[in-house]
Amino acid sequence: MAVEAPPTPAATAAPPRRRKIPPAVLLIAPSVIFMALLLGWPVVQGVLQAFRDDQGFTLEFVTRMVQDPYFWPAVRNTLLLIVVMIPLQFALAIAMALMLRSNPRLHKVHFFVWAIPLALSDLAAGLVWLAIFNDRGYLNSVLSWFGLQGTSWLAYDNQTSMFICVLIAELWRATSLVLIIVVAGLQGIPKDYDEAAQVFGAAFWQRLRHVTLPLLKPSLQVALILRTILAFQTFAVAQALTGQNFPLVVGETYRWYTGLQNPNVAAALALVILVVSMLTSIFYLRALRDQNQGGLR
Amino acid sequence: MSTTVDTTPIGRRKRNRILLQAACIAVSLFMLIPIYLISLAALSSRESLNEFPLSLLPTHFSVETLNAFLGSTGIFGALGNSLIVGAGTLLLSALIGVPAGYALARFTFPGKDPYQLFLLFTRALPIVVLSVPLARLFLTVDIYDTTYAVILLHTALALPTTILISASVFLSVPIDVEEAARLFGCSPLGAFGRVVLPMALPGLAAASIFTFVMSWNEVLGASILTLDHRTLPAQVLSSLSDSPLAYRFAGGFALVIPSIIFIALMRRYLTNMWGSTIR
Repeated sequence: MAVEAPPTPAATAAPPRRRKIPPAVLLIAPSVIFMALLLGWPVVQGVLQAFRDDQGFTLEFVTRMVQDPYFWPAVRNTLLLIVVMIPLQFALAIAMALMLRSNPRLHKVHFFVWAIPLALSDLAAGLVWLAIFNDRGYLNSVLSWFGLQGTSWLAYDNQTSMFICVLIAELWRATSLVLIIVVAGLQGIPKDYDEAAQVFGAAFWQRLRHVTLPLLKPSLQVALILRTILAFQTFAVAQALTGQNFPLVVGETYRWYTGLQNPNVAAALALVILVVSMLTSIFYLRALRDQNQGGLR
Repeated sequence: MSTTVDTTPIGRRKRNRILLQAACIAVSLFMLIPIYLISLAALSSRESLNEFPLSLLPTHFSVETLNAFLGSTGIFGALGNSLIVGAGTLLLSALIGVPAGYALARFTFPGKDPYQLFLLFTRALPIVVLSVPLARLFLTVDIYDTTYAVILLHTALALPTTILISASVFLSVPIDVEEAARLFGCSPLGAFGRVVLPMALPGLAAASIFTFVMSWNEVLGASILTLDHRTLPAQVLSSLSDSPLAYRFAGGFALVIPSIIFIALMRRYLTNMWGSTIR
């Protein structure tokens, strides 16, 4: 009906205005198209690759993944690494940020040094610590000076020391990411709050617990999500330090893809990482929100 | 000392300061000693690396190990590929990301919130999830095992961060100067090119170094998407299992040095780049 109506002045003016695309859309469009092609499409394809073969839907690849003798150790190692590393890393990073905040001598130099690992890949970190932890490496050299017999830290039958080596290398490399986010967060908190609490006689731990940490919560939330997701992707550290002896889930993906030439099982493993990452992010978002504004939904 | 004034608080304060300095130095040593040791290992002669116990001082300085590493097949090519991929990623992500960041900072448009949420979501997307299907796509369009394939993957990974960082950079340029330029007769593009861009350039440069570092360090995607045209980390990773220790140390050293340079270049922008809390 409306189409047949005679053109009013408003209607004749409308088409050219409608044809003119707002500049924001023009500016955004390339990025949307690019990400849809290179981020959205692969995720869909990944799901298909993991669950479909020539005949259609199949669970074959998932069963092969689960039945692989390396799968459960890889899952266990990945989870163990995250559960032990994340709290340590956050304690360390917060301590380091607070140390920087109290303006020690040369604090700019310290900050620079502490930030260096930020630009290091996990492969580089693994190789750096390999020089220290290998059988004839620097750690055993130092021990032998003191007359101590070193051990094979990275040997297959020494799972605990292998885990600790990977843990130390990851602590060394990735704490700086958390540190930077916490430092940036601290910069946004006026020192007045802390000083006010100090005037009222709050001890250091009380101020940390009731003033600084609650104010840092947004930064900590971002750091937790980013760091945990990145931690799920750790693999080159373990690869460089131990080869296949300390399997991690992403390392398994790499092995299935390049070594065993089976992209379908690799895709299934990748989906495990995706699902776990998403679940963890949602968990963090909920857990930290609930504590934060319990009454406000 | 002999006066009756209670000096314990001052004493405690002094002791705390000393403890603080000591703790800072301890952390710095923890960060620096491994870097020193990898440099030492990479710059020692092969024979001295076979000795035990190893010397902790540079007594056997030699570039032999490093030369052997750089001379081994594929390393120079890989270094070149890494530079090409890094530069390509930087350019492509700036080309696509900076306009989007500008739009986020200056305009309100329908779908802005979902768009931002989408960016946050893509930041959480693991590289593995993308690499395996992309390898198949690139095989079908015949760019598998080229630097273009790696550039595309790295741009996809870096784009959300580039957009968010450049949005925050543009937000810090006051809108008044842009309006003033328009009032004095600049076109929208002219105002952007002559006034906004110069002011935003340092921040954008820092953002692009960030992109370069990410691309330089990325191992997994690059090793899945290439066979003969590997980037440096991918090359080192693929030859890891069948190479002598000296080669691996030299490889580690070659990967560590650029990162020190990056951080030195970036140190003023560190908290803005990596620390930017997205919201």
